[in-house]
Amino acid sequence: MRTKIEIQGLKKSFASDKGPLTVVDDVSFTVGDGEFVAVVGPSGCGKSTLMNMMAGFIQPDSGKVLIDGVARSKPDSRGILISQQGSVFPWLTVRENLMFGLNGHVGDNRRAAEGIPRSANGATRDNRMAIADHYAQIVGLKGFEESFPHELSGGMLKRTELARALAVKPEILYMDEPFSALDALMSLRMRNELLRILAQERHTTLLITHDVEEAIHLADRIVVLSPRPTRIQAVFDVPLVHPRKVSSPAAQELRVTILRELGVEREA
Amino acid sequence: MNRIKEALPAMALIAVLIAAWWLTVYLTHSLIFPTPWGVVTGTWELLRNGTLWDHIGASLMRVGAGFGLAVCFALPLGLWMGWVRGAYRTLNPLFQILRPISPIAWIPIAILWFGVGDASPVYLIFISSVFPMIVQTTVGVHTIEKRYLRAAENFGVSRRTLFKQVVIPAVLPQVLVGMRIGLGVAWLVVVAAEMIALHSGLGYMIMDSRNAGNRYDLVIAGMIIIGLIGLSLDTIMRLLEGIRWIRWRYAH
Repeated sequence: MRTKIEIQGLKKSFASDKGPLTVVDDVSFTVGDGEFVAVVGPSGCGKSTLMNMMAGFIQPDSGKVLIDGVARSKPDSRGILISQQGSVFPWLTVRENLMFGLNGHVGDNRRAAEGIPRSANGATRDNRMAIADHYAQIVGLKGFEESFPHELSGGMLKRTELARALAVKPEILYMDEPFSALDALMSLRMRNELLRILAQERHTTLLITHDVEEAIHLADRIVVLSPRPTRIQAVFDVPLVHPRKVSSPAAQELRVTILRELGVEREA
Repeated sequence: MNRIKEALPAMALIAVLIAAWWLTVYLTHSLIFPTPWGVVTGTWELLRNGTLWDHIGASLMRVGAGFGLAVCFALPLGLWMGWVRGAYRTLNPLFQILRPISPIAWIPIAILWFGVGDASPVYLIFISSVFPMIVQTTVGVHTIEKRYLRAAENFGVSRRTLFKQVVIPAVLPQVLVGMRIGLGVAWLVVVAAEMIALHSGLGYMIMDSRNAGNRYDLVIAGMIIIGLIGLSLDTIMRLLEGIRWIRWRYAH
């Protein structure tokens, strides 16, 4: 597998009342092209900081983020971040949200990649709308294109967010606890949806979660982080084929092993 | 039906107050202070000879001009101050000093600069309503949730799209709050300005009624009309909360 993301010796500390607080301390790993890597760790260990550095929102104190071998220091539409709180614009309809990222050069790149000519303005707007509606359908929002976010449930908001990201055909999806604000049932449904969509359109995906079961359900590989200052504590391959059963003995065994790494010896 | 029910206590209170007013005038045999009925007949008189409409029209025109100018000035300036830190640091202290100065204190200067025509009250209304709108717009920009700006940054949209689809819609509800405050202040100020400097408008009507023969029925009629028009202006502004670009803010 070709290497898509390579991070080398990332370090980050923040100023606090008691002097500099090291949050991420020398983290290096690689993610293959099209690979799904989950990062798990205790809460407050610096997972989000790590993700924000990888996506370019925060600059590391030292170390490098290489994507396709090129250093990247600013966020751009080749890697879309989906966060826990979500960022679907409440003042735009679902369709307008999905069309948002297709404005300007991103849309142009996409049209060029798909051989769609850059014709008259009206045509490109129709084109963007068609892309938006296509992705609304993929995530199961058909019929809700004209709805406003406040008219949608939490799960549908997540779908909107996911569709908006997918619409710009990002090379990388950064997901920071994307489903943790949803109830257990909806979270499980969204996981299955995500797997279904990724089976259709493969993206390199990086998932941050505190939910070991979620990581086992979704990821090809699981990186376990230590408490702050965070380092890589262990890496596990998930050798299970999809569709996975999280209740299977192999999955449960892996879960216990990872939980032990996280310092949880026995679960009730 | 429900709305009528909800308005019932307020209506009852007003009815009680009018009754108390009537009773007091009746018991004290006041020669100057009018009864509620006297106010009604006074209003009718003004309506019939048409002067009431002239005064209302004059006041509204002044508010429209001053407030309109203030909106045109405050919104771009507020957006700029909200977005550009340097602009905020430079202008905000000045505005914080100018803002607490009562518009009434500006009257002598307004007369000196603009004379006793319509320009003076328009200037006073401008001065009084422009600051709350600048402040609210600036606050609106400052309180845009970071996650939305980050999303816009992530998708790498142009500056124009950023403003058109993120910053301005995010700020509009705050702008509307500022406009409500601004229009409220403008209406307060126009009456005060007309009392001192002018020969038309509801403020002038009140002073003129007192000076020309203690017509307190017309004074009170003027006060009530000012109150009702102020309420209507605010109601119109509140209706704007229902438009598409504002509604999301109040939908939860």
